[in-house]
Amino acid sequence: MAQGVTITYWQYEFRSKVEAINELIRRFEAQNPGIKVVHQTFPYDAFQQKVAAAIPAGQGPDVVNLYYGWAPTWVKAGYLVPLPDDWMRRLDQDFVAMAQAAKVGGKLYGVPTAVRSLALFYNKDLFRQAGIAGPPKTWEEFIAVGQKLTVKQGGRFTQIGYGIAPDGQDHHLVREVLVRQFGGKPYSDDGKRVLYQGEAGLKALSFYTDWVRKHEIGIPGFFPGNNGYRDGFIAGRIAMIIDGSFAIGTIQQGARFNWGVAELPLERPGGRKANFGSFWMHGLTPLATGPKREAALRFLAFITSEETQRYWLEKVGELPASKNLIRDPKLSLHPIYGPFVLSLAYAKATPFVDEAAQRKVMVDAINRVLLQGMDPAQSLRLAAEEEQKILDQFWR
Amino acid sequence: MRLTLAWREALWAFVFLAIPLAFFLYFRILPAFQALWLSLYEWHADPSQRRFVGLEHYARLLEDPVLRRALFNTLLYTLLGIPSQIALGLVIALLLQRVPFGRDFFRAIYFAPYVTPAVAVAWVWSWMLSPHFGLVNELLALLGIPPQPFLQSPSQALPTVTWVVVWQNLGFQVVLFLAGLESIPRQYYEAARIDGAEGWRLFRHITWPLLNPVLVFSVVIGTIGYLQLFTQVVNLNFTDQGGPLNSTLTLALYIYQLAFLRFQLGYAATVTVLLFALILLITLVQLKLLTRRVEL
Repeated sequence: MAQGVTITYWQYEFRSKVEAINELIRRFEAQNPGIKVVHQTFPYDAFQQKVAAAIPAGQGPDVVNLYYGWAPTWVKAGYLVPLPDDWMRRLDQDFVAMAQAAKVGGKLYGVPTAVRSLALFYNKDLFRQAGIAGPPKTWEEFIAVGQKLTVKQGGRFTQIGYGIAPDGQDHHLVREVLVRQFGGKPYSDDGKRVLYQGEAGLKALSFYTDWVRKHEIGIPGFFPGNNGYRDGFIAGRIAMIIDGSFAIGTIQQGARFNWGVAELPLERPGGRKANFGSFWMHGLTPLATGPKREAALRFLAFITSEETQRYWLEKVGELPASKNLIRDPKLSLHPIYGPFVLSLAYAKATPFVDEAAQRKVMVDAINRVLLQGMDPAQSLRLAAEEEQKILDQFWR
Repeated sequence: MRLTLAWREALWAFVFLAIPLAFFLYFRILPAFQALWLSLYEWHADPSQRRFVGLEHYARLLEDPVLRRALFNTLLYTLLGIPSQIALGLVIALLLQRVPFGRDFFRAIYFAPYVTPAVAVAWVWSWMLSPHFGLVNELLALLGIPPQPFLQSPSQALPTVTWVVVWQNLGFQVVLFLAGLESIPRQYYEAARIDGAEGWRLFRHITWPLLNPVLVFSVVIGTIGYLQLFTQVVNLNFTDQGGPLNSTLTLALYIYQLAFLRFQLGYAATVTVLLFALILLITLVQLKLLTRRVEL
């Protein structure tokens, strides 16, 4: 290895992740005496802004951590370079299926250490008090439980059964979970066409918005603030939420009651399973040239190795991205990780090309129905048109 | 050549002024022109790969419904916010002026929101305005008014955000008006009283015209602030910024989203050019219309 190469790694600030990377860098540098890794972090809100400005100025990271959904916009604007071909083989062989979303236009732009999926968190104490035996297995049961656990006084709710959050995880729930469970597909296989405007999509959006409009098992914005649905659950005022595995740590720290996790309910017993998977990945920027590129690839291999993934699970609590590791029964039978791990087998990552804009399309589709009383069919049609434009714009 | 003392002083002044001026040119004026240039290109991290697109982005401005909404909202914020802020600020300043003791105490209370971080302000207000737990709806209930959704309603969110901004800016406005009121010589009032003027007439013919410079300053600076509104909007609906349904989106927030969440820096630069032109135009019109030369 060349002497004295220094590479820079960037991620956003999240304590356990920052500590984990610091430790991993220490181990990596011990194994690779010629390479020094500089670790820089930024607040989440400022992260993309820093990247946007720093890389054109030649001052940014060589290896960068990014949400998989950002990759296409970053690639198009020249912020990421493709990984060598042997990495593509490694990804196909060793990583869970959703990691395929790290490819853009047939080239691979990043590799994850960990992945996430969605599951149902439920308040066991509230369930027991209401005489409910266990988590709902179907949406029908889910609605019945939700109604039982919703308390309304006058016009105001004091407790709700389900933490409705269109701008939390629910836009994923509608798009990736309900549409598929109802027999549809949100997008064409190449990700270039919106398909959710069909029958299954309409059923999904109508069904979801009925939780508020018809069944009254929840209300958006019950708790204000970012991730109010999660805060409300932690405060014991919301009986059930659908959230990602990334929420486990926060809930573990905050909740002062017995809670459990279950796989997402199904349309009917034995019905089709679906889940939304997502991940943060490590990519290579155009600044990693010459000896830095070699060093950066070596670091990338190190922080995505199975050994690191095991350490990451222990330290950060995020699920490993390797097919091998998630087969471990210790993990799939774990009372909290288990439901998430089981979902990884069938979870799909939405093929975003412009994540911020596409997220908004679905959030708005839901809000037009919930807040303006628009007919779900009309709202969905508007959303599909808008999103198709975004896809066409990207792929033209 | 020998310079006169006056010339030498002037020269020194220029030397000292040159440093902030250079700073201003390099960090403010130059980037403004760069934005103009950037707006003609499709953004790429590598400058050599930026594709020239001419006026394509300007054409997109004309057919972008989200931009139209952001522009409309931005103007509405200004139209709602400025008069409220000026009127409330003036009323409170006039009242405070009559308070015989503890004026500094009240002044500090009114000023406190202005120096409170916007994130904290947003957090507290979003709880106070909650339809289910909030104090505001609690008070409305006492009056027999049903709970209002406020920030969660596409029709109420913008006026609600405006209110929070007005509340936050009010302290600054009050301090400005108090300073303006103090600077009006007492003799004018005494002379007018001898002539038999009282109350409203004193205000109409002395206070109001002599406050004109403060008023012009407040309107111009306040308007620029509203046209650049960003922080409060972002923090009052953090997970759906500018929502619900774009009802609170501002031009500045839209620029941020385009540039840093969608990496469309070329088009974002185009919107900044629009915002720049808008601010320039409105400021010039205001200065022309509002400035009065006052002679008593």
